Amino acid sequence: MIEAVGLTKRYGDKTAVYNLSFQVRPGTVTGFLGPNGSGKSTTMRMILGLDNPTSGTVTIGGYPYRKLPNAPRQVGALLDAKAVHGGRSARNHLLSLAQLSGIPARRVDEVLGVVGLQDVAKKRSKGFSLGMGQRLGIAAALLGDPQVLLFDEPVNGLDPEGILWVRNLMKALAAEGRTVFVSSHLMSEMALTADHLIVIGRGQLLSDMSVTDFISANSADFARVRTPDTEPQLREKLTSALTEAGGHVLPEQDGALRVTGLPLPRISDLAHAADVRLWELSPHQASLEEAYMRMTQGAVDYRSTVDQKAGLQQPLPPGAQPPMPVPGQGQAGWYAPPPPQQGGRPVPGQAPAAGPYGAQPGPYGAPQGHPGAPGAPNPYAQGQAPAMPAAAPAPAVAPAPAPADLTKTQPEDDAR
Amino acid sequence: MAAGQVIRSEWTKIRSVASTVWTLSVAVVVTIALGMLISALSRSQFDSMPVRDRLSFDPTFVSFAGMTLGQLAMIVFGVLVVSNEYSTGMILVSLAAVPRRAGFLFGKVAVATALALVVAMATSFAAFFLGQAVLGPYRAHLGDPGVLRAVVGGGLYMTLIAVFSMGVAAMLRSPMLSLGILMPFFFLISTILGNVDATRKIGRFLPDQAGSRIMQVVPRLGDERPYGPWGGLGIMVLWVLAALAGGYVLLKRRDAR
Repeated sequence: MIEAVGLTKRYGDKTAVYNLSFQVRPGTVTGFLGPNGSGKSTTMRMILGLDNPTSGTVTIGGYPYRKLPNAPRQVGALLDAKAVHGGRSARNHLLSLAQLSGIPARRVDEVLGVVGLQDVAKKRSKGFSLGMGQRLGIAAALLGDPQVLLFDEPVNGLDPEGILWVRNLMKALAAEGRTVFVSSHLMSEMALTADHLIVIGRGQLLSDMSVTDFISANSADFARVRTPDTEPQLREKLTSALTEAGGHVLPEQDGALRVTGLPLPRISDLAHAADVRLWELSPHQASLEEAYMRMTQGAVDYRSTVDQKAGLQQPLPPGAQPPMPVPGQGQAGWYAPPPPQQGGRPVPGQAPAAGPYGAQPGPYGAPQGHPGAPGAPNPYAQGQAPAMPAAAPAPAVAPAPAPADLTKTQPEDDAR
Repeated sequence: MAAGQVIRSEWTKIRSVASTVWTLSVAVVVTIALGMLISALSRSQFDSMPVRDRLSFDPTFVSFAGMTLGQLAMIVFGVLVVSNEYSTGMILVSLAAVPRRAGFLFGKVAVATALALVVAMATSFAAFFLGQAVLGPYRAHLGDPGVLRAVVGGGLYMTLIAVFSMGVAAMLRSPMLSLGILMPFFFLISTILGNVDATRKIGRFLPDQAGSRIMQVVPRLGDERPYGPWGGLGIMVLWVLAALAGGYVLLKRRDAR
């Protein structure tokens, strides 16, 4: 078991980890999640006694690592896949580590086989890909057949087959009763691998709970409501009715509404009372990725801005809102580039007339088609909506801008 | 953690990187070749030397002339052995495997020192015999008073230079920084300080100036150094111990990387 109590690390006036307390229990895979620079690696190094905490303690099995008897036989770690001498062969690298802990040389060949590097064992690790480096690092962690294992971003650089292998390895190690502590910045990966999650942001604990609890606590159910695309005023009407009834309404990119805080029958009743027809009323659950993004959005250190393409595009006329990517689109990887028929952005000159959220043509809105309105100044908009991913909003740029946009679209009191 | 395990592991590390072989080979080749060259020059110039120089001619020391350059390769060896761990990030793995950092550092230094000692002794003897062979009629013999001491001392000197570099590298961690300080220091600055009147009194206590006294069989005329051959080597040993102690204290206190 790993136990941290009030762990704090400062580098000069920068606080990397602040007052972190958690326990990592044996028999489960514990995921350690946080954005880049949130202090995951620093915490891992403090667990291994490599960095000294400014205050607080962290122990493994009750001992600080540097006092742990026969530490390399009890704890195995992958910290940095590139932390090998490039001129040394994989086998010699592992051999030197094995000899340190009094592990017989034949164990080296065993772990080389386990990670699938037996064919390149005699090659210098300089030529290894990142994925091979990860495998070598995992081999080093497994050498002493330890009860406690730490892996810092083990799937970075691995191919899908390698990711699956790591996932199964972690689970198998935990099933043998070992303590497995895995850091990652990929929520989706952790959701599949881990049983328990510790989430940090800016070096502070954000969450410490099981994956199931995390899902139910953080990804509130919501309803998707779609009013007839042809009558935008109905949507307005429904929005105000739902808001009055205590619901929280968020517009989605394709013109649907995302409603939280109201059960589905109540939404239907309210719509009926307001005399609004509904084209869709469906229950949904926000993805784990989204819950994680919402939790860490305030703690992201490196945030990309939306590519403004200043000077490359005509300015939006007053009153028009640029399109906002709204989370939850299509659930699986909503930050992926939108499908072509939705890929258009409202074109200047056309948006003000089409309701407060811009006229994004929904799946039902075919007649509106793409707003290649005559006289529209945007040269890209001339009836070629399906072939303009470059002009699509942030989702097409990179995954990263999405959480940034979340903060803008969601008011402070949003369901978190 | 048994010391034997650290030593076996460090031996695997040191023999499995190319830099060990090439730094040590350069040290051997340069020391011997330059020593032979200077010996050959001395032999051909001997008759035209002033009497004063002829009287204090030290054939043993002449055959060690290559060490001024050869020691630079030993410095590179010493620096790389330690700072490789930092430049590659291997230090994280090493220190995670050896939580007691004294064991790690001194195990590493012990292995590298032993290897350096073997190579340096062989180099010193080879440089002596080959140099004397070239000197011909002006040669010294191993049995002459003080000569064996000087030849063994030459091996010790080169070893200590390497160990000193290990200590400095353990303090500075960066190979570039360590080499950037040690190379010009031993190649230029120490020599300048030892030869300028104003600084000579301090310069002769620098590690290489003091340590190289052991290689001299015939003291230079007007040598007023306040220590003998072993005294000088003792001063150098103190420098080495100080560098190692500094490296150890910093390694123990600092974060791993």
